[in-house]
Amino acid sequence: MRYLPKSSAEREKMLAEIGAASIDDLFSVIPADERLTRDLDVPRQHAESEIIDYFRAAGRKNATNYASFLGAGCYRHYRPVIIDSLVQRGEFLTSYTPYQAEITQGTLQAIFEFQTMIAELTGMDVANASMYDGSTGAAEAARMAMRITGREQTVVAATVHPEYREVMATYAKHQALPITTVGYDSETGRIDLAALGDAVTEETAAVLVQSPNFFGVIEDIPAIAEMVHAKGALLIVSIAEAVSLGVVRPPVETDIVSMEAQSFGVALSYGGPFCGVIAAKERYVRQMPGRLVGQTVDSSGYRGFVLTMATREQHIRREKATSNICTNQALVALMATIFLSVYGKEGIRELAEHNLAKASYAAQALSSQPGAQLRFTGAPRFNEFVLQTEESPREWSQRLMEAKIIGGIDLGRWYPELQNCTLWCATEIVTRANIDAAVNALAARPVEV
Amino acid sequence: MATNETIATTTGKVRPHQTQNEALLFEKSSPGKRAYKLAALDVPAVDAASLLGEAHRKLPGELPELSEIEIIRHFTRLSTWNYAIDLGMYPLGSCTMKYNPRVNEWVARIDGLADAHPYRPDSLAQGILEIIDNLQRCLLEITGMDAITLQPAAGAHGEFTGILLVRAWHESRGNSRKKIIIPDSAHGTNPATAAICGYTVENLKSNSEGGIDLEALTRQVDEETAALMITNPSTIGVFESQIARIADVLHAKGALLYMDGANMNALVGKARPGDFGVDVMHLNLHKTFSTPHGGGGPGSGPVACKAFLEPFLPTPVLQQNEGGTRHWSYDRPKSVGRVRAFYGNVGMFIRALAYILANGPDGLRQTTEDAVLNANYIRAKLEDLYELPYKTASMHEVVFSDKRQAAKGVKTGDIAKRLIDYGFHPYTVSFPMIVSGALMIEPTESESLEELDLFIEAMRAIAKEVEETPELVKTAPHSTRVSRLDEVQAARKPILRWAPAARPKAP
Repeated sequence: MRYLPKSSAEREKMLAEIGAASIDDLFSVIPADERLTRDLDVPRQHAESEIIDYFRAAGRKNATNYASFLGAGCYRHYRPVIIDSLVQRGEFLTSYTPYQAEITQGTLQAIFEFQTMIAELTGMDVANASMYDGSTGAAEAARMAMRITGREQTVVAATVHPEYREVMATYAKHQALPITTVGYDSETGRIDLAALGDAVTEETAAVLVQSPNFFGVIEDIPAIAEMVHAKGALLIVSIAEAVSLGVVRPPVETDIVSMEAQSFGVALSYGGPFCGVIAAKERYVRQMPGRLVGQTVDSSGYRGFVLTMATREQHIRREKATSNICTNQALVALMATIFLSVYGKEGIRELAEHNLAKASYAAQALSSQPGAQLRFTGAPRFNEFVLQTEESPREWSQRLMEAKIIGGIDLGRWYPELQNCTLWCATEIVTRANIDAAVNALAARPVEV
Repeated sequence: MATNETIATTTGKVRPHQTQNEALLFEKSSPGKRAYKLAALDVPAVDAASLLGEAHRKLPGELPELSEIEIIRHFTRLSTWNYAIDLGMYPLGSCTMKYNPRVNEWVARIDGLADAHPYRPDSLAQGILEIIDNLQRCLLEITGMDAITLQPAAGAHGEFTGILLVRAWHESRGNSRKKIIIPDSAHGTNPATAAICGYTVENLKSNSEGGIDLEALTRQVDEETAALMITNPSTIGVFESQIARIADVLHAKGALLYMDGANMNALVGKARPGDFGVDVMHLNLHKTFSTPHGGGGPGSGPVACKAFLEPFLPTPVLQQNEGGTRHWSYDRPKSVGRVRAFYGNVGMFIRALAYILANGPDGLRQTTEDAVLNANYIRAKLEDLYELPYKTASMHEVVFSDKRQAAKGVKTGDIAKRLIDYGFHPYTVSFPMIVSGALMIEPTESESLEELDLFIEAMRAIAKEVEETPELVKTAPHSTRVSRLDEVQAARKPILRWAPAARPKAP
């Protein structure tokens, strides 16, 4: 086996040194009837070239060369080449969690830079080293708010990503923690403020909203924060499309931000690995889940970085820990850090403006077709929009697929009241030609006889 | 502190500038530098301020402004401050720091896999669904279990999912029960998980051999016990030879056996948890199946279970249609619910399957045998100098204690730091907690005899230093670019980010 650095003679020599007659001696502690005495029924050993052939063939079975207008929590942005050059350096790729600070300063400093960038972009004081993803981060942020407030109820906007809400429900239901869902204004697509006012009580630990929300609409964070804080609850803002922060005002009034950083240079990869992260006001840092890197000095006075405040974590506190999280998404956080270094202060704004322009053009062009109209026009949007068509999406999406275009996703899947409504996303990668082709396919309705 | 000037005049050696503290990106930034160029905008530009109104961002975040070469050098320099498997042996017990094959990285980046959107129609995702299905089949065969979900993002997340299955099953029988029993040798994630799932944690004291005390367990398991969470081989690297009886004790009271699969690298191809009474378990693809640790993730923590727990698996589950195509099924009325958006860390699935394909059944078995051989070789070569608290046969890792060295005032943490000077990553320090001053060594199968001998030589040399020059060991490491870091200061006055000297107001 080509990954195993030993000859048969070396194995024999080692067995002799141990004093074992055969390798089976070393497994004799496993009772005989629990030992596997046959080959595993898995594919035979493959050559490297065969492995590549297998996965290439699988890749070809997927759709390639399709233009796509899918977003909904997973965004296709351009990934600068140096991201993969750098993260594939063995020193980053094949290193462990940086518990031994003297020989992991590279990872530690990069995480410190990541924490800084996330704090800068979100307008929060501090950020952690990453969470699994946006959905689990939202659930953990809600638990964090419960620890801070000593309350148990969470209020969630219906316009939070439906799968994030499902994950939050899973985390909550087994501890019987109540979650109330608040609907949206059918004109603006924003959270229904009157309903929110009714839902938030003295029992509420946190209100969680997403902005831009699942419909692509930017919520009125200052107004929501005022309402939430009046009842002594915390506000959590979930951000699924991180590039929006280049041009959208950060939610500075909020207490906690739970973000999915996939947009920052992370491949779609059929939904993962992504990069969640929690940021917050400094006073809440001791209730944060996950790892934190802090700056310190070594014995000669040089600056250095360490994992810190570990007394929140499972390996110290066990059942009293703030979370059970151990392994997080470090290498993906490194991708995001490199991405943000490439774009920088000006680039992230310019990139976000290009997204805004593409989505504006696409929204205008698609909605000007007969039988099509934009929903939720009463509030600002970023790079997603909801299109309502007279024709069923099942019909027109077939025409788009024939033109090698994947159109918007059917919202009826999660919102039965939004019949014939689809969620479209246009990032900087979508070209005008893609948009025009989608418009033509949409417009090509069969003539009714 | 010696300066370049003083050193240069005596030895001719200077400290090259790359090896000084590398400044933070933010400190290297200067306005106007660029590392990007956006494609020409092919649609009309828009006025962001008027489109967004109140929601428009007035002040940008203080991201660094650098050119591409500076970014490459920054991260390349930082990388050289890391130790890595690619540089040498990384014997962290419980972590399974094995070689991460490069073809895994290559195939995970294939077009059509890396750029697949999770909401593309199933009809346009058949290739990736086939990969997921194949990996599921392989993992079920390896574990001897009946059903699996790949959704959990890491080991602890898998534990969470597995214990939710346990809870849902008990609930379906009318009583979710109250407690989870956890041996005192367990990983900290186990009790943290049980607590998050709404259970109280009851500690089970290990027996004199570091294993499960069957009598104590029998006394402790009652009608309120939901499950026992066990690691097998245990965290001292010992196979629980009474595992089948342990399962019987639990099942007799209607409780379930959960297995933490952190140590599966000792079992693949040699024994299957499904064959020794385990009801539900998680795997760590980033341990046993070679996906890279990446400085702390991403991981992947599939959960495998027996058929009676299958109805409770998270949604969605993969199903095969009659024509051989596959689709996601969401019709799961008994499901515990979703534990993560989308389908899990799919990029890790691709890498794990590539690893299994590269090995085949013979390679997987040989891998396990070599991992166990390596640990036993280290044990045989060091047990005269380091105290072995439990004499039971070792599997893939060996746990010593610092008892003899502590008598000289040198602790396991000191020996670990000294190992760095010899060019090795330290073993796992002070874990498991049942061993006072533990040195937990897991070499994995990826070490050659030559590397093992060098490690053994280093450990023997350190034992000698402890006798002769203990201060040398207690102040290690001496050869790293930074010396021991002040962790107390870091925690007491946390500096968790860089901040600009001055900042305009308003967001």
